[in-house]
Amino acid sequence: MKRRVLLVVMALLVFCAPAWASEPVNLGVYLPMTGNVAAYGQMAWSGITIAHKMEREVLGRPVDLKLVDTKSDKVESANAVSRLIEREKVVAIIGEMISGNTMAGSDHAERRKIPMVSPTATNPIVTQNKKYIFRVCFIDPDQGRIAAKLADQELKAKTAALIYDISQDYCVALAKFFKNEFAKTGGKIVAETKFKTGDRDFTPQLSAILAAKPDIVYAPIYYTEGALIARQAREMGLDVPILAGDGVQAPELIKIGGKSVEGVYFTAHFHKEMIANERGKKFLEAYEKETGKSLDAFAAMGADAYFITVDAIRRAGSTDSTKIRDALASTKDFEGVTGKITLKDDGNAIKAMVVNRVKDGEFVYVTTINP
Amino acid sequence: MDYAFFLQQIVFGLTLGCLYALIAIGYTMVYGVLRLINFAHGDLLMVSAYIAFFGIVMFHLPWPAALVIAIMLTGLLGILIDRGAYRPLRRSPRISALITAIGVSFLLENLGIVIIGGRPKSFPVPEMFSGYVAVGGVRIPVLSFWVVLITALLLVAVVLVVNRSKIGIAMRALSRDVETVSLMGVDANRVISFTFFLGSILAAVGGILWCMKYPAVEPFMGVIPGLKAFVAAVLGGIGNVTGAAIGGLILGLAEILIVAVRPDWSGYRDAIAFCILIVILLTRPTGIMGEDLPD
Repeated sequence: MKRRVLLVVMALLVFCAPAWASEPVNLGVYLPMTGNVAAYGQMAWSGITIAHKMEREVLGRPVDLKLVDTKSDKVESANAVSRLIEREKVVAIIGEMISGNTMAGSDHAERRKIPMVSPTATNPIVTQNKKYIFRVCFIDPDQGRIAAKLADQELKAKTAALIYDISQDYCVALAKFFKNEFAKTGGKIVAETKFKTGDRDFTPQLSAILAAKPDIVYAPIYYTEGALIARQAREMGLDVPILAGDGVQAPELIKIGGKSVEGVYFTAHFHKEMIANERGKKFLEAYEKETGKSLDAFAAMGADAYFITVDAIRRAGSTDSTKIRDALASTKDFEGVTGKITLKDDGNAIKAMVVNRVKDGEFVYVTTINP
Repeated sequence: MDYAFFLQQIVFGLTLGCLYALIAIGYTMVYGVLRLINFAHGDLLMVSAYIAFFGIVMFHLPWPAALVIAIMLTGLLGILIDRGAYRPLRRSPRISALITAIGVSFLLENLGIVIIGGRPKSFPVPEMFSGYVAVGGVRIPVLSFWVVLITALLLVAVVLVVNRSKIGIAMRALSRDVETVSLMGVDANRVISFTFFLGSILAAVGGILWCMKYPAVEPFMGVIPGLKAFVAAVLGGIGNVTGAAIGGLILGLAEILIVAVRPDWSGYRDAIAFCILIVILLTRPTGIMGEDLPD
């Protein structure tokens, strides 16, 4: 009997020991690991885990990542955030990758005053009237403006056709911003077609575009649809240049699109050729050694969301959520993997944008546009 | 609206419609015999696409071999699903089997996610199925010929099997009265297994053609075509093979033509397609070719 009691006491001691040493800082991560935009989530997660390996500790405590899959779904995103806050007791949250899901997830975080940093949600509404929601990427009005400029100056387009996903906040808003900005350059939208997430046949939309004879097609959409649309367009004889947004930068675009996506231009967050600082070089080396893959935009953005959050916790000097929030809002000229990042009090970032294009089955860097 | 433009849309509509038809025939056959809406039917598309994909890309099989293996394995999976999930529930209320069907569907989708992962894979389309033929101002994808040809052949084959063969007679008899037919010495389970095999083969062929047309293979790829095919089967009169094919064609043509004629309505494509379904069902509650089957 005595022995058994002793055993129990010892087991309890072992069990409680880590709590005495240093309790981990829980950092929530909610990402689309499966579903329609799984590529973003999986790329970002590999970036975040490698960034975590580079900076494992903050305030002398280990950082513990808690990942929840959102299945690329809005309802699941909202559930993921409440689970992270209520059950995992996280001090800050990284995610989601796409705008619609981040909006769905941000409500609960805002209410419970838990700071959230999205790597790539670009829709302006994501951070609007929200004190605790941040992002480390540019926003769509800027992306629409640069795309219109590209269409006008680079591609010499006078007319454009639109094709976008009406069930995604990102696509609808970016299409609208492009439309306004393209009109300012004197361009004209000759066809505007829509589809819904999950659609696979775009031939009637593309027929309407073909009949309207535009100079370019602007497709602010995600990668799977982007690849299928390019394939179907080229097969139908629609050979005009395709201009897209940051959503197409996933390897799937090229794997599924094949030769059809050659020459696709797009505004983007990152290309590894733009890496200029120490952190970026170290991260690139670690990433390529660890994964054996070439560093992509969403991995780099995920890493920056992690680095900035950890940096804010360090500067806040505590895990108090209001203090972390204030530290995030005062982030200035942070040297991230994707370049200099400054966060404003409204949650948006000031940072550079790049233009990439698909050439010989690879994403090729074209130019950087500074803010 | 010019003539070539319209013809072009008919070509696209027929292709999509035939794909729906292929899948719808399987739905309708199982329903005809068992009165069971087999919601896992759409996911068989995904299974066959993945088997074909791995056969070609990972095991470097020549594509005809990979496709045949994919189709056969999917057919066997259909029998297996019936044995494992539906046969034990043969005598329970119909709603139990229906819920089980939804469960099997989720099981297949989530197995896909766990085993293979959620990112879409690019289906390698064999050379002979790519490209197009230009006739006048109309571009006909080579694949469209194959889709229409294969659908027509399989439809004829299935109609012949159902109407002419001995097992077809047994199938039709079973759809009227299981008990009596069993008393007459027909092995009901064998006939039902055959029905599942045939239906699953059609789904597998549909899945492979679907992937050649839209070459992104992912765990949820069967959900939407499955749903549309179910609608097509109801539209044509569920339980009727020819009706399912007609339903599929109507749905495919409607979806394409609506968007082509009114591109600004493209966001409402499904809404309009389903409105057509409602109107047809209001005027003909049993579907286009349907008859009142005894319960």
